[in-house]
Amino acid sequence: MRLLTILDPLTRPLLLFLVSAVDTVLKPIQRRVGIDRMGYFFVLPNLLIFGIFVLFPMLLNVYYAMTGGTKLFPADRPFVGLDNFATLFECENFSQPNSCREDLFWRGIFNTIQYVVFQVFAIVLFSLLTALALNRRIIARGFFRSVFFYPVLLSPVVVALIWKWVLQHEGVLNAIVELLGGESKRWLLDPNWAMFWVVFVSVWALMGFYTLILLAGLQSIPPELYEASSIDGANMLQDFRFVTMPLLMPTMFVVLVLALIRAVQMFDQIYVLTGGGPGTRTQLMVQYIYTTGFSNQIQLFGLSAAASMVLGLSLLILTLLQLRLGNQSSLAG
Amino acid sequence: MRRILLALSLLALLLAIVPAFAQDAVELRIRWYDDGNEGEVLRDLLDRFEADNPDISVEIDTVPYRAILENLPLDLAAGEGPDMARVTDLGGLAEHYLDMTPYLSDAAYWEENFGPFLNWKRLPGDNASIPGFMTQLTITGPFINRTLFEQAGVDVPSDMSDSVTWDEWAEASRAVAEALEIPYPMAMDRSGHRFAGPAISMGAMYFDDMGHPTVMDEGFHAMAELFVNWHLDGTMHPEMWPLSEGYAGANEEFANAELVFYMSGSWQVGQFSEQIGDAFDWQTVPNPCGPGGCTGMPGGAALVGIGGTEHPAEVARVMEYLASQEVLGEFAARTLFIPAHAGLSAAGVDFDTDLQLAKDSLGVFVGQVGTLEQTAFDLQAYAFNRVLFDASRDRLTQAMVGEMTVDEAIARIQDDVDTALAEEG
Repeated sequence: MRLLTILDPLTRPLLLFLVSAVDTVLKPIQRRVGIDRMGYFFVLPNLLIFGIFVLFPMLLNVYYAMTGGTKLFPADRPFVGLDNFATLFECENFSQPNSCREDLFWRGIFNTIQYVVFQVFAIVLFSLLTALALNRRIIARGFFRSVFFYPVLLSPVVVALIWKWVLQHEGVLNAIVELLGGESKRWLLDPNWAMFWVVFVSVWALMGFYTLILLAGLQSIPPELYEASSIDGANMLQDFRFVTMPLLMPTMFVVLVLALIRAVQMFDQIYVLTGGGPGTRTQLMVQYIYTTGFSNQIQLFGLSAAASMVLGLSLLILTLLQLRLGNQSSLAG
Repeated sequence: MRRILLALSLLALLLAIVPAFAQDAVELRIRWYDDGNEGEVLRDLLDRFEADNPDISVEIDTVPYRAILENLPLDLAAGEGPDMARVTDLGGLAEHYLDMTPYLSDAAYWEENFGPFLNWKRLPGDNASIPGFMTQLTITGPFINRTLFEQAGVDVPSDMSDSVTWDEWAEASRAVAEALEIPYPMAMDRSGHRFAGPAISMGAMYFDDMGHPTVMDEGFHAMAELFVNWHLDGTMHPEMWPLSEGYAGANEEFANAELVFYMSGSWQVGQFSEQIGDAFDWQTVPNPCGPGGCTGMPGGAALVGIGGTEHPAEVARVMEYLASQEVLGEFAARTLFIPAHAGLSAAGVDFDTDLQLAKDSLGVFVGQVGTLEQTAFDLQAYAFNRVLFDASRDRLTQAMVGEMTVDEAIARIQDDVDTALAEEG
């Protein structure tokens, strides 16, 4: 009612009308289901959307993973049980993708692991360093905050095209290298450099987002704690270790989980930047799923669905593991 | 007052009813992609059709070529396709085509003029359906930048011999590139279809005695090894195949005179006429030779009716108009496409260009039709040829970057093809 008193005389009757209209609709429902169950009523629309657009496709994916053939409609597809999973895991030596029946799946797995490890580590590290720097009283702090956040606003395709232009043989980077007396290089054609650049570009593009989250975390740390630690004679490193890090840990875990999920899902940017190449050096699991299910002439939806389930399950395990570690460390803290 | 109300009610009723009676024209949609100006030409032709046939309107949905390859099959499988589509996976999508025979006023015209190419769009065992017509016949073959040869003082091999080998072209292209510091001596479209012509020339059979697709022969191996080695020694554009996914072309490099020899196909003539014009002398040369012949690959795009259309009779009317000799002749002339129409082939097409380079190139491509090997036609007619093409493209790329040997790559191609065909049943 306090809200109504501050509203202007024109808005107040309108709002009162709306409230009474909603009340008229909800009261009979509340009488029927009871006040305790009204919560379910309110989340029902969202649950329906979740069910139709997330849960149902997930269940459908499980069904596809257990069927074979090339037909699109589920009813036309023969049930094959776990055959698609058996195909994916048919391997003489798991460390040698060439010895596996679905060698591209295993190459995708190894590339994804490598990409995720380096990309997540780099993105958390550089986001943290940047957030720490931007949290200090530096000149043009607002400008720098915008600069680091700007790439986040770009579409992944645009990011990839910009960097392709920079990294191609006749590109900007080689022009600079030659200007400095160095020898130009085919950066994306060298298998090791290709993975480096793929990680670098994604860190460049996404770092601003995680920096922003960490910056918010840093700013929520009460300044009194730093005052107290300085009275105790702590230096900058000790401040960071005993005040900043423990209090930033929950935010760090959020960043870690988000960065991990995003890294495992990575597709568009790499697809445009290297096409998964040279060869299959930067082809990640999502690209394998896409190619197998959609871009081949004979589209193997079952195999593709099985691979996406493997990806989903690994992501789930990783996330749960992280959350568990996070809970343990907060309890210890 | 009552009268006024009655009049207003009648007026409202009339306004509601009139549009229903003034029935909108039947709207047909074409899923289309462009290589050059053909979408523009088609629109112009359809505008004329719509003027004469006000009961039909045709919308062209122009999409990237990749969407034709990857999205259209899914839409068709889901029953969400357009009424007509321009396709290149001719046999692979045959189950979704409309057999227009009952709706055509003169089915014999189609058999007579498109006869040899109708089989490309039919399911195995089907010898009668008429699903559409070829918008163009394409022939793969190489383009060279003659100006670069002249500037480098290197003889153009095809000036001196009618049967130049791939090795001779590679040597000459390298010599030109070295002399003028041109970045790329040779390039080939990143496509298994483009690779197939040279492979057949080297003796690849592509089918075993039982008609099952195979790449396990010396001819395929010879071309695969040559091709991979050219990527390793810098003869071929080193980034195009290894750093792409799916199809990629070297049009820009060729148009910028950064490329000496470009293995592509006849559909590029229109684009090069516009992009290059007479900025330098570009020309088509006959397909290089090997023990299996001097062949490229036939191919092309077709406009087909889609079986799920709700307006098959109207689709057939649009198709009859577009496939008529007069209209198709104009389409070919303005797009610089080689027509796949017996009547037009006999009468000849007066291509709508003043550029002699383009006319000469088209002349060479037309001349190549007679040199195409039977294997090339069989492969083009094979419904699942894209499985072979895509596997060749992707596995050879892996060999280029050292992920596997050429032998392993060939074994993998065979394995990929066998697995996919087994799944298809």
